[in-house]
Amino acid sequence: MLRVCRKAAGGAAQSCLYGRGSLRPLQPCCYYSSTGSSGATAGKLVGAGLLFMGGGLGGTILYAKWDPKFRANVEKSVPYSEQLFQMTLGPPASPAPLPKKAVPPQPLHISSVAETSKESKQKKEKSAEQPAAEVLPPPGEHSLEEASTEAAHIISAMSEAVSVPAPGTHRDEAEPQAEAPAGAECVECKHEAPSAVKERPAEEVAVRLALQDQAEQDVLASLSTTLEEALGRTAKVTLQAVEAQDAAVQAICTHTQKLKEAMEDSEVSSDQKSTQWSALESALKERSKCVDNAADALQKARSELENLRGVIAAAKKSSVPGARAHILAAEENLHRMSVDLDNKVSKVQSAQTEAKIISQYSELVREAKTQFQKELNSITPDIQGGWKGLTGKLTADDLNSLIAHAHRRIDQLNRELAEQRVREQLRIETALEQQRLEDKKALDGAVAAALERRREEVRLEQERKVEEVREVMEAEMRTQLRRQAAAHTDHLRDVLKVQEQELRAEAQESLNRKLVEQETEFRRMNQQQINAFTQDVNTAFARLKGMEDAIDSHAVAEEEARRAHQLWLAVEALGYTLKTAAAEAPTEPLAGAVQAIRDSCGENEFAQALATALPEESLQRGVYSEASLRARFYSIRKLARRVAMIDETRNSLYQYFLSYLQSVLLFEPEQVAPPAKLSPDDMDTFKLLSYATYCIEHGDLELAAKFVNQLRGESRRVAQDWLKEARLTLETRQIVSLLSAYANAVGLGTTQAP
Amino acid sequence: MSEKELGRKWDRCLADTAVKLGAGLGLGIVFSVVFFKRRTWPISFGLGYGLGMAYSNCQHDFRSPYLLHGHVVKEQ
Repeated sequence: MLRVCRKAAGGAAQSCLYGRGSLRPLQPCCYYSSTGSSGATAGKLVGAGLLFMGGGLGGTILYAKWDPKFRANVEKSVPYSEQLFQMTLGPPASPAPLPKKAVPPQPLHISSVAETSKESKQKKEKSAEQPAAEVLPPPGEHSLEEASTEAAHIISAMSEAVSVPAPGTHRDEAEPQAEAPAGAECVECKHEAPSAVKERPAEEVAVRLALQDQAEQDVLASLSTTLEEALGRTAKVTLQAVEAQDAAVQAICTHTQKLKEAMEDSEVSSDQKSTQWSALESALKERSKCVDNAADALQKARSELENLRGVIAAAKKSSVPGARAHILAAEENLHRMSVDLDNKVSKVQSAQTEAKIISQYSELVREAKTQFQKELNSITPDIQGGWKGLTGKLTADDLNSLIAHAHRRIDQLNRELAEQRVREQLRIETALEQQRLEDKKALDGAVAAALERRREEVRLEQERKVEEVREVMEAEMRTQLRRQAAAHTDHLRDVLKVQEQELRAEAQESLNRKLVEQETEFRRMNQQQINAFTQDVNTAFARLKGMEDAIDSHAVAEEEARRAHQLWLAVEALGYTLKTAAAEAPTEPLAGAVQAIRDSCGENEFAQALATALPEESLQRGVYSEASLRARFYSIRKLARRVAMIDETRNSLYQYFLSYLQSVLLFEPEQVAPPAKLSPDDMDTFKLLSYATYCIEHGDLELAAKFVNQLRGESRRVAQDWLKEARLTLETRQIVSLLSAYANAVGLGTTQAP
Repeated sequence: MSEKELGRKWDRCLADTAVKLGAGLGLGIVFSVVFFKRRTWPISFGLGYGLGMAYSNCQHDFRSPYLLHGHVVKEQ
């Protein structure tokens, strides 16, 4: 399309060019004469042509550069265009690359522990390295010696090749780097030494495992019992200590109370006082006893606690996993008990300090009292006892001296008070200072104790948590191992099943084979005997039969011979009738002879068939002889030649004339030997007639008839009757010859040799 | 005899020719004498006519084996 446009454009350009070149109006006569020089116009023409060509080429190349489809089309249609394009434009642009979807990178499949262990167990037989690698991380996580040995024992208990994988896994846990060789070794060892260590190791290891379990259990039991005993003892003792402490506190409190009462209650009568004092004494005794008890109990408790601590340490050292919980509990108990004990002790101590204060106060009061008594005694020596009964006995002097003493005492006390007040401040400050120091000391002590206690608690907490985590890991490990064992058992089961099936099939097969052999043997023997017997019977029977047949066949042969003779005679008669053909007339009707034949060979199917196969015409009318046919053939030939050109397309009278002319003018040899194979050239009427003539002359009516049969058109129509007669004759003769041959054969067959 | 057929046809043909010619001639003469003032042309015309008819008949006779007879089949 573009080319057309380009051409049109070129043409337009051309015309434009010409138009511009010469402004003359268009004239019907040629341009070239007007310009006057044909060379210049030829040159113009050539130039224009070149320009046009160049323009077309350039345009094509440019468009091909822009449109690849057009380029492809041109390359397809024009032979050397691809080279041109390659030279000028370079190789064709490849088709746009299909946008490939970025294949998302396979996320690293970090298989869970369960899956890997399961797979590892199932694929253990196939690839040892992978399972070794995958089994590694889970065991590596909880690298507990106890857990590893337990696992190894479980695995070894399950598999056949026992001892080897156990060290393998153990080694895996111990050395993660040597996993692959260990695993490979594992598999190799397993494959190499399964037969030697089939049954026993499992039992051994089971026993070993049982023993170990038992031992562990025993140890655990003993540990737990010891712990419990120690705990019990300690608890009891501590409880006792606590009670003692409480009692002591109680006693101290009562004592102080009594003391206070005794000190303060001065208005009570002397009897009550004395009872008070005696009660106080008893209370004091009680208190001291209780305190002693408490101290003893405390001592015992502390020693017990130390014992317990020692036992716990020993238990820890013995490192049985099950005892951990017990140990932790025991530790906790210990801690609690010590804390309680400390608390009680501190309470006792505080009570004791208070008691001391009170006693000090009581001491002071007593001292003051005695001092006063002494002073009073020094002033008024004869007045003793209490104040109450003294009102009537005192004289004025005594009273005055008493009052003066009292005044003096008051003054003295006032002075002392003033002094005390002055010194109060200092004393308070020093006391505060002391107090502060003591407080600080107490605080430090308390803080230290609390810190200790906290530390202990934290440690206990940590241990408990560690224990929990350990338990959890243990449980997980156990489940994984269990799964592994389960997978292994499944695999084993499958393998065993397969083996069983195989063995069963083998056994069955051998059994079948044996059975078959036996059966065939038996049959053979049977058959042999039967055969032998049958053979004998058969031979006897055959001989009898033979004799009978011989006799029968003799009779049959006689009959056959007679019949054969009859047939032969009949056929001869038929043959003779054929010869009765006159020059132009046909033979006699063959019906009679044929009937004779039919009668003579009643049941012979072949002869009957042949007899019926004779054409009706021959039976009724008879057939022509060969000689007559020969004679007739020549007239046919002449006629056929004359109408050789006539057929369904050419059949006017003029054609008849032409055909006659042809037959007159065409010279063909009268007789031509027919070739072995007919070619289409031979299908010419004249040639065919020549062949037929040759055949007729040489007595081959059949071949002549065949050639005549090949005629076409009017020639064929002319020869039709002759052909029919020839066919009849040939048929009849064939049948007759067959019959005679048959009769001869039969006769020969039945002829008995002398 | 099929070979005799052709001969018979020729015989018929010639006989027919003779008859037709004679007839043509006769009619020609008649017409010439009666209607056309003894001109020659009716005679030759008649002869020609007769010859033509004879020729045609002859040809038809020779062609007859090869003629196909068609039948118009009325559509139902």
